[in-house]
Amino acid sequence: MIHRRRVLAALLAAVLPAFAGLAAPAAAQDKSITVASTTSTEDSGLFGHILPIFEKETGIAVKVVAQGTGQALETARRGDADVVFVHAKAQEEAFVAEGFGVERFDVMYNDFVIVGPASDPAGIAGTANATAALKRIDEAKAPFVSRGDKSGTHTAELRLWKEAGLDPASEGGDWYRSIGQGMGAALNTASAMNAYVLADRATWLSFKNRGDLKVLVEGDKRLFNQYGVILVNPAKHPHVKADLGQSFIDWLISPEGQTTIADYRIDGQQLFFPNAPEKRT
Amino acid sequence: MAETATAWQLIIGGDPTLFAILRLSLIVSLSAVAIAALVGMPLGALLALTSFRGRGAVVVVLNGLMGLPPVVVGLGVYLLLSRSGPLGDLGLLYTPSAMIIAQAVLVLPIIAALARQTIEDLWRDYRDEFVAMGVGPAGRVAALVWDGRYSLLTALLAGFGRAAAEVGTVMIVGGNIDGFTRTMTTAIALETSKGDLPLALGLGILLVAVILVVNAAAWTLRSVGETGRTA
Repeated sequence: MIHRRRVLAALLAAVLPAFAGLAAPAAAQDKSITVASTTSTEDSGLFGHILPIFEKETGIAVKVVAQGTGQALETARRGDADVVFVHAKAQEEAFVAEGFGVERFDVMYNDFVIVGPASDPAGIAGTANATAALKRIDEAKAPFVSRGDKSGTHTAELRLWKEAGLDPASEGGDWYRSIGQGMGAALNTASAMNAYVLADRATWLSFKNRGDLKVLVEGDKRLFNQYGVILVNPAKHPHVKADLGQSFIDWLISPEGQTTIADYRIDGQQLFFPNAPEKRT
Repeated sequence: MAETATAWQLIIGGDPTLFAILRLSLIVSLSAVAIAALVGMPLGALLALTSFRGRGAVVVVLNGLMGLPPVVVGLGVYLLLSRSGPLGDLGLLYTPSAMIIAQAVLVLPIIAALARQTIEDLWRDYRDEFVAMGVGPAGRVAALVWDGRYSLLTALLAGFGRAAAEVGTVMIVGGNIDGFTRTMTTAIALETSKGDLPLALGLGILLVAVILVVNAAAWTLRSVGETGRTA
């Protein structure tokens, strides 16, 4: 019997602190919001930079679930987030129009870049024209990795192919690899197979496994990448923490929040450029 | 090995964030195993000691469920706990509790199926003895569980291994929220996606080491128990 008690005691010792540990985060939950955002804002370290500053000032903890834009909006549609902070304007406006979001605010922008192997088999280096570059990749049948996950970057990629008059996503061709994963996974894949890929600059700058990849095309104004923030509509989901969520949005688009975003740099390079409209009076 | 060096640096550096992540991983997986054991052990015993029509089919299904894909379990629990789901009012999605529930579901069939096998095998050996000695049902279960305790401990360890190593359910129902629901496995997935492969592998080595420590603890428990018995 002693042994059985010992086994039980060990089991209890393992389990009890577990529940004690769970009580703490539950208590902190009172003043926290859940933000469904994109992998680029999380992986680039932007949230790691701005959220502690916001929390220190307001006491509001922000829990970020980093997903692709499409998935983040879906999470919010189901009522599982208080705020969405994403980068596909058309999808965001549809989200608001459907009544799931209260209002959309521009927060910041950066740009997409076409990344590819230094050997550049399609010869696109130095082109400032994104669609011309895509046409050359298509002609060369050079490997191209697509996110394929309805994310903001994937949406932008599909728009660029359309503007180039091409549709490799439905035409197929084994050079066009749709992987259905996040930006980091897409970059890892491209790095492993020396393929071209469209990436947001923030993730690219913070990405460490570049291999032979480098930025080949940048600066086309069609590569503009706008981020927006939306409060999930409490009329649809009554449990949404509207006050706290709105505080976060107000702070993001305030002069202070905008400066904090601008201050975030990696190796001296600014990753996001604030462009919230002047605060309405 | 650069990765082993990274793993050592992580341990020696004593990074509090890392320990918080390790702690959460252990809490979630051990809690899930405890819950799954509380339900799965009696379930396995019940199945081992009863006979009814279709029992064979139940055993096959239970054994088959040991191969439940984590991502499917994660999706199922996500749909249950989502605000738009039937249990949405509990507000459990993206919390450690949700991760424990999902892992418990994942581990339950493993513990129940292995417990059933263990107890059933012992039952065959003991049946005549029980009948001869006139042992009642409660006494039978107690004797079988006690004599099969080390095999049952292995069943728990199998469940723990499954829980601690999986990323599919905790990523979906936990959301990999920094400082709140980030576990070792989701942290490894995150660092991989950031292209920091040495750090990802370093974390991986650390996770394997922790799983080994838990198994060593169980082994010690067993050895101590055996020594006690012979003494």
